[in-house]
Parts: sequence; structure tokens; C-alpha cells
Amino acid sequence: MALPAYADPLERIWYYTYLTICTLIFLFLIAPILIIMPLSFNAEPYFTFTEKMLTLDPDGYSLRWYDLLLTFGMQAPDVARDGGWWSDVWRNATWVQAAKNSVIIGFWSTIVATVLGTLAALGLSRNEMPYRRLIMAILISPMIVPIIIIATGLFFFYSSPCGVVGLDCGRLTSTYTGVVLAHATLGIPFVIITVTATLIGFDQSLSRAAASLGASPSRTFFKVMLPLILPGVVSGALFAFVTSFDEVVAVLFIAGPEQQTIPRQMWNGIREAISPAILSVATILVIISIALLATVELLRRRSERIRGVTPQ
Amino acid sequence: MSDAPLTTSDGRPLKAALAQAQARARRRAFLLVAPLLLFVVITFILPIGQMLQRSIYHDGFSSAAPALQAWFEANPPGTAPDEAAYAALAADLQLMKANRTAGEAGTRVNYTLPGTRSLFTSSARGADKLEPPFREALLAENAKWGDPLVWEAMRSAASPWTSDFYLVATDMQRTADGGVERVPEKERIYLKLFGTTFMLSAVITGVCLLLAFPIAHLLATLPASRANLLMILVLLPFWTSLLVRTSSWIVLLQGQGVVNNVLVSARLVDDGARWQMIYNMTGTIIVMTHILLPFMVLPLYSVMRTIKPAYARAARSLGATSWTTFRRIYLPQTLPGIAAGALLVFILAVGYYITPALVGGADGQLFSNLIQFHMSKSNWSVAAALAGMLLAGVLVLYWLYDRLVGIDKLKLG
Repeated sequence: MALPAYADPLERIWYYTYLTICTLIFLFLIAPILIIMPLSFNAEPYFTFTEKMLTLDPDGYSLRWYDLLLTFGMQAPDVARDGGWWSDVWRNATWVQAAKNSVIIGFWSTIVATVLGTLAALGLSRNEMPYRRLIMAILISPMIVPIIIIATGLFFFYSSPCGVVGLDCGRLTSTYTGVVLAHATLGIPFVIITVTATLIGFDQSLSRAAASLGASPSRTFFKVMLPLILPGVVSGALFAFVTSFDEVVAVLFIAGPEQQTIPRQMWNGIREAISPAILSVATILVIISIALLATVELLRRRSERIRGVTPQ
Repeated sequence: MSDAPLTTSDGRPLKAALAQAQARARRRAFLLVAPLLLFVVITFILPIGQMLQRSIYHDGFSSAAPALQAWFEANPPGTAPDEAAYAALAADLQLMKANRTAGEAGTRVNYTLPGTRSLFTSSARGADKLEPPFREALLAENAKWGDPLVWEAMRSAASPWTSDFYLVATDMQRTADGGVERVPEKERIYLKLFGTTFMLSAVITGVCLLLAFPIAHLLATLPASRANLLMILVLLPFWTSLLVRTSSWIVLLQGQGVVNNVLVSARLVDDGARWQMIYNMTGTIIVMTHILLPFMVLPLYSVMRTIKPAYARAARSLGATSWTTFRRIYLPQTLPGIAAGALLVFILAVGYYITPALVGGADGQLFSNLIQFHMSKSNWSVAAALAGMLLAGVLVLYWLYDRLVGIDKLKLG
């Protein structure tokens, strides 16, 4: 918003005040995320800038908290750092285990959410779809219903999932399958929203053209439709992955000690004794989210270019 | 020829062929959605439905006390317990001892009348020694067995279907004559917290709107290239882990945190009187505002971007002041965005759990935290009733969102 030429002095003053306010709000949004980065290199176990850090003395900074992420939970952290040390890290370090669990659970729940969600979005964006509004409302509701209600429901349900129909098939509590199913459910609304939004811009005459040239429906989907909507599908998948990667309440309720994820470890860390090691995890997570954000932004522009919309 | 029905090339009436084709298309569309719908029903609707059933169904007492159940059926409410009733009670206590169900049965009655669980467990332990006359024997065992409130509670628990848990969750209790009344003033906690949750959510929504409006406007009126750059500042928090954002606020706001240290070293605050900004309601409001702000900015921005500057210019050229232009021309056009953002933020805030649990301290807890509290105490039925109340509130808001904004208008980034 440029200042119009007819602005009087009062309006000029207001305009600069307005810009200042906006700057402060942007600062409010971004400062908390950036402030943890330098603090995670603190040489002291404090959560504030030390004298040495402020004078940019190298002694004030260290990698000790990142080191702790690797060594915490190891069997023999104090031996020479050779191949054996690293395999100890890989097998025993608490945060490494949590990262592995987060990636495994995130990966499978993303696959489930993306495949089922994309299929459903294809159906939902057809004009013939019966009860579209109601079904859409049901499919989006995992995003709206408070997570504590979902987690409580799953807590009871997982203790005897087949009990509803009078069968016995074991428990889903403390299993990877249980957590993956829960996280897939939570990720589905994001896939539906992004993929249906992409499909709005899809020219249906392209698939009719493919069909008239003799392509089967599945061939039409994979050769014509999917390449065009792929950016939307991928960003939906990324949203689903982030949802799982950041989810803690369902994990608290239904996961066992085998399925500890990064958020679960952070939750413990924040609740019990918050140590700067949390900040080093946080810094790594922020860097990951910057990478994901950049990917989604690129995909969005690509999608707009494909569809012939000029980037906004 | 003209009055013969139109037919397709293979001789079928066109109308029938069209209807058939449309039915096929509907079926195909539905089949694409069906797998996901089934998945969501199994992993989401069914578990929540089953949990809600717990809020109105508990057979802990009714299945453990068949004799009492029969006596209650034979005698209308308000009948004073006679010797036959005490005999039934003694028989049931012996059964509870044999089947080890006294705890479950006591738990169920305890929901209706707090403080009665131990009555069942301790009396069941000595149930084998009970001899007729049972009335005297039981009253000697524990004088509480003569209390009409206990009998009223047992009558209520004798049916597995009950509204008792919702009574507890709405701060009500049963009276001796079978009616309901509100619990004493200082024990009314649930409805108060329900109100506090909605009030705090409204405050957070208001603050979000105040903060989001200026920056959404700036983003919508800047040239695209610069707006995209600034948009990153909104989207990065959106993509950053909730726990990361919560822990950075703890670092910033705690007593020895960055903000207090800056204030102290700038001599704005005395070292002995550092601000208490976290682990209380203030902490919940600040951190939740930060976390939910992007959900307000994005819908506002997408509406503001479509408002043409020509309207404002026209108003100004017709003599309106800049304030009048804003109030009467610009603001009304942003209303759809305000409604979409405010409702979304409000819905998400009402159900928030993680942030209040971590930074809310004693007075910054929300309704979700209460549900978790009862879950951790194994008060499952009350937790389910509280969850039912919260769910009802959220579904009303969700319905409102669908009516006013439309679910298909929901956008991410």
C-alpha cells in the first residue's frame, strides 16, 4: 500500500504508525522461532543470553546440547568415537530412536492419508457426487474435533478394536499400527483440502479427451490427471506428514514406550526439567520446517504455472 | 414421429438411458470416496461414538447386583427399604465378593453419590458373615446403609443407562426424593470452566483479529513479490512444530527468561519483581494467540486480496474522510474473511490442550485439560460426559462455520 499523493500530514503520520505496528506484529510472529537458534548453542545450561554470548565470545557458544542429543541414552558414551560408537548411537540414543519412530510413523500415515485422501478428493470434486456436503463435513472433522476427544475415543477403542462387533483381535494400544492409523486420520483433512483445491483448477475436458481417444479410466488418471494435480497431492502429503510429525496427544494416550516420537520426548522434556537440549531439537525442527515450507511454496507456484494461473 | 419418445441409437428411450448413465456416474463418484469414508468411520466416528456411549451407560452396578435390581423394579421410587431390600443387598454383597465386582459396583454408585465406593468394598469383604435379620446386621456393619441417599443412588445405578454422568458434568446432584439440584456454590467447577474456556477463546480470537487485520491488509496491498516475501513470516510459524513454538515462549517469558532479563537490564523492571508471564492465564493467551494467528491471517488475506482499491478511491473522491472510507467501504467488504478466520480460530481454541497443559499453570487450564485430568484419574465415565459436552459445543460451531463460510472454503496457505 503506497501512500496516495493526496494524503495530508495526519494521514502520513498514521501511515508510518501503521507500518511500525505491522513490523511489531511480524516480529511477534517470527522472533520466538528465531530466538531459540542462538540459544541452542549456549555453553551454559541457561535459557538466556550470557555475557559471553552477547560479546560474541566463541567461549560462550558450544555444541554441547547437540552432542547430548546423540549421547543421551547411549550405553557407552565415553569411548572413542569410531564405528562402534556410532552404531551405539544408532541403536540406543533416546533422541535417535524417537527420530526413527517419528519418521516411520509419519511415513506410513502419510501414505495411507494421501492414497485414500486423493481418491476421495477425486470423487468429491465430481458434480455427480451424492451427499457431497455432508461427506465433506465428516471427512474434514478430524481437523475440527478437539484432539483430546479423538485421543480419548481411541484410548477406549484400541483396547478392544473388534469388541464393537463382538470379536477378539487383540489390542491396538502400544502398537505402531495403532499410532499410524490415528495419525493417518488426523492427516486426511489436509490432503482432502489441498487436493480438492487443486482439482478445482483441473480442466475436465482433458480427461474426456483422453477417454475419447480410448484410454482406460486408470490410464487417464495416471497419464493425464495425476501429472497435473501432482503438486497439490504432494503438498497435501507434506501437510499430512507434518501433522503426524508434530502430533503428541494421541501418542500420549495410545502409544507405548516402543513408539516414543520426537514430540513425545519434547513433551517429557518441557514438562519435567526443560534443558537447552530441547532448544537444539527445536532448532533442527525449525530448519526442517523451513525446508518443507520452501518445498510447498515451490509446488504451489509450479501448480499455478501448470494451470496457467499467474503466480500471485 | 414428433410425439414418439426420443431414443438412443440402440433404441432405448433417451430419458431412461440418461437416468441410468447419471446413476452410474453417481455410483462411480461414491465408490471413489467410499474407502476413505469407511476408514474414517472405523478410526474416528466409531471410537468417538463408543466413548460417548460410556457417558450414558455403565453396567458396573447393575450387572453385579441382580437381587437389588429386582427389588428396585418391584418397588416404586421413594419406598423405604424393608427387610427384603436388605436381604437383597446382603445377597448381592456376597455375590460381589465371590465375583470380585465390589470395586466396579462401588465405582458406579460413587459417581452418583461421592464417597460411597469404600462402603461397597469394605462391606463386601465381610459379606459372608452376614446373618438375618439383615437390616440390623448391615446397619451394624456401616450406619451409612440406612441413608436414603445411598438407596436413591443405588436405585439410579441399578439401570445401566443413566444421565448421572452428565449431571456430574453440569454440577448437579440427586436429592433423596429423586429430584436434581445444583451442587453447593463452591463445588461448581465444570460449568465454570466450560464458560472460562469459551471466554478465553473469545479473548484469543479477538486479539488474533486485532493483530491479523493490519498485517493481512499490508500483505494484500503490497506488490506481489514483496507480499510473498513477508508471507513467509506468517507461514513459517504455521509450519513450525507446536511444541517448538511453545518451548520458545517458555524460554522468552519465564522468570529468568529473555524478556524479563531485557526488562531488568534496561531498568524497566526491578530484579526482585520480575513479571510473571507464563504458567498462568497470561501465558496461555500469549502463546495460543501466537500459535493461532496464522489461521486468522490466511483467510483475511485471501478475502482482502480480492477487494478492489477503486472503491476506496471512489469514496475518497466523493469526499469521505479516510476513517469513513475504512469504516463504511473497506471494513464491510472484509467481513467474510473476518467471519472465516474468527470462527476457525475460535473452534481451534476451544479444544486446545497442549499449550494450556504446558504453559497454563493453575488458572490457564482449558476444558480439554479437565477431560485429561479425569482420564488420568480413571474417572472414565465423567471424562466421557465432559468430552460429550465439549464435542457438542464444537459441533455447533462447526455447523455455524459451514453455514456462514462453507467447509469447501477452508484453505491452507
